Amino acid sequence: MFYRENGQFKTTYRADQQIFPIAQDRMALYALLAVAFVAVPALASNYWLTNILIPFLIFSLAAIGVNILVGYCGQISLGSGAFMAVGAYSAYNFFVRVEGIPLIVALILGGICAMLFGILFGLPSLRVKGLYLAVATLAAQFFADWMFLRIQWFTNYSPSGSVSVSNLQVFGLSLDSPLAKYLFCLTLLAVIALLAKNLVRGAVGREWMAIRDMDVAAAVIGIRPMYAKLTAFAVSSFIVGIAGALWAFIYLGAWEPAAFSVDQSFKLLFMVIIGGMGSIMGSFFGAAFIVLLPIFLSQFLPALATMLGFEISTAGVSHAELMIFGGLIVWFLIVEPHGLAKLWSIGKQKLRLWPFPH
Amino acid sequence: MAFFLETLLGGLMAGMLYSLVALGFVLIYKASGVFNFAQGAMVLFAALAMARLAEWIPALTGISDPLIANVLAFIGAGVVMFVVAWVIERLVLRHLVNQEGTTLLMATLGITYFLEGLGQTIFGNSIYKIDIGMPKDPVLILERAFEGGILINKEDLYAAVIAAALVALLSMFFQKTATGRALRAVADDHQAAQSIGIPLNRIWVIVWCVAGVVALVAGMIWGSKLGVQFSLTTVAMRALPVVILGGLTSVPGAIVGGLIIGVGEKLSEVYLGPFVGGGIEIWFAYVLALGFLLIRPQGLFGEKIIDRV
Repeated sequence: MFYRENGQFKTTYRADQQIFPIAQDRMALYALLAVAFVAVPALASNYWLTNILIPFLIFSLAAIGVNILVGYCGQISLGSGAFMAVGAYSAYNFFVRVEGIPLIVALILGGICAMLFGILFGLPSLRVKGLYLAVATLAAQFFADWMFLRIQWFTNYSPSGSVSVSNLQVFGLSLDSPLAKYLFCLTLLAVIALLAKNLVRGAVGREWMAIRDMDVAAAVIGIRPMYAKLTAFAVSSFIVGIAGALWAFIYLGAWEPAAFSVDQSFKLLFMVIIGGMGSIMGSFFGAAFIVLLPIFLSQFLPALATMLGFEISTAGVSHAELMIFGGLIVWFLIVEPHGLAKLWSIGKQKLRLWPFPH
Repeated sequence: MAFFLETLLGGLMAGMLYSLVALGFVLIYKASGVFNFAQGAMVLFAALAMARLAEWIPALTGISDPLIANVLAFIGAGVVMFVVAWVIERLVLRHLVNQEGTTLLMATLGITYFLEGLGQTIFGNSIYKIDIGMPKDPVLILERAFEGGILINKEDLYAAVIAAALVALLSMFFQKTATGRALRAVADDHQAAQSIGIPLNRIWVIVWCVAGVVALVAGMIWGSKLGVQFSLTTVAMRALPVVILGGLTSVPGAIVGGLIIGVGEKLSEVYLGPFVGGGIEIWFAYVLALGFLLIRPQGLFGEKIIDRV
């Protein structure tokens, strides 16, 4: 009844082509931004900020990056963890080795290094397709794992192999409190999400989708596969690299190569698939699901066990978590293979007709 | 020269073990078009079942002869893998018919997590031993041809022989039996196979069972080499380059790919490793596979990919 575009006439191309053509959607977005920037900082506790919201924001960013490659350009990648690692370690090296470099510049340079790495490992996509490519991208993952473990220069010759950053500042403001970190991540995410949304709406985004839907046909109508695939790899790994740098700098603080293992790559791919391939909004849903589920399970399972009156060990809990996680993913794929974003759009469609569906 | 040959032989035998795991991937991909990431978890699950049954059966029935106990445990683990295959087909694959490759890939990743959790819940999560009486002592061969001879590990040799026997058995099964023919028909063309009355669901159960048995043998051999523990799942990661090198659809490809990767890994580790800091085995295998893929994008023996608009 309230969600209807009746009476909203578009008189300019500008109005017709905007991201949210329906006024209610725009209002909802503004409301969401207001909640995220004002209400959440006012209400959320430090636990919520550090353990739930910041990981959610950073993984949403990474999921957007992966979604551009996998969801929009159709190139399955299992090497996203490597792109995160490259972003994190190169940002670290710029941060430590260049005197007085601003944090944002270090992050962007980290993203650019990840982008170059992504283009390098994206080159095989010009020859290799589908599942072969998915496995080939694992080369990037294992190479990065090895590189940051064995080549000491990258870890600034730290004896334990673990590196840390401290005393982060943005424009003279210290990033020590969870609140400041949250706002920093949120701002970056909002800016990059907007950029990503506009990219996928634009010419290059349409080229990506054409390549995804059928690369031979796309090439026939004059889309350069090399340009399209490599730009997708570049943009994707840039965003994933920045997310990796944020994950290391803001969330972890001190980290070692194991923080960006192949598990991370799988998780990112899960986010994209469960959230919805080819949907920026889906990335948020997927990230929320994958970040929240383990936290929820680890809180909920011991409580459930005590309620039913039997003890389970910590190992038992972690095994049960694995089982439930795996089971839920399979269930999700069976029930809604197109992801949560699809459910959302079905819901919206229903809402437009409600309460008179006929 | 002797050292080179020793490395080469070691690589070949390690490669045989990789192809054993790779075979599981190929079997399932050929018959159902599913890239089964859960193969590693299946190896772990089968090995856990085998290891624990080998402990439980003597304790419950009082059979003291280790050979009989091992055989019974093997059969028991085989039954467990059959149940796993049946449940996977029933609960997962049947509902995902006609979905895209990525979705299926993700589903098998979900199965991976599930099997890892389930296996450790049922069978425990410490390190277990599988003792099938493989000799551990190394032997020297060709002592007359080279100074000092060539040292090979007897255990690796036995494992390679078992792997080769299994491969021979599987190709017999595929070429000579009616079921094998049906499997090949399904692999060729799902619709055509269905239209001449081959029941797809049953074929899928069978092929997952065969993959389960392959996983069991792989788990048994790897388990007796390394001990049955969680890290056994990473064996699948080592076998992936083998699969794409040989071609996803080719059984001989899995064997040849395994040998190439095994040799490449060992030689690179020995001759290249010291210059770059060691530990390059795992990514070198992938880069090697990638190099081959750039020349033949469908793997060495894979079917040619033909795109039609």
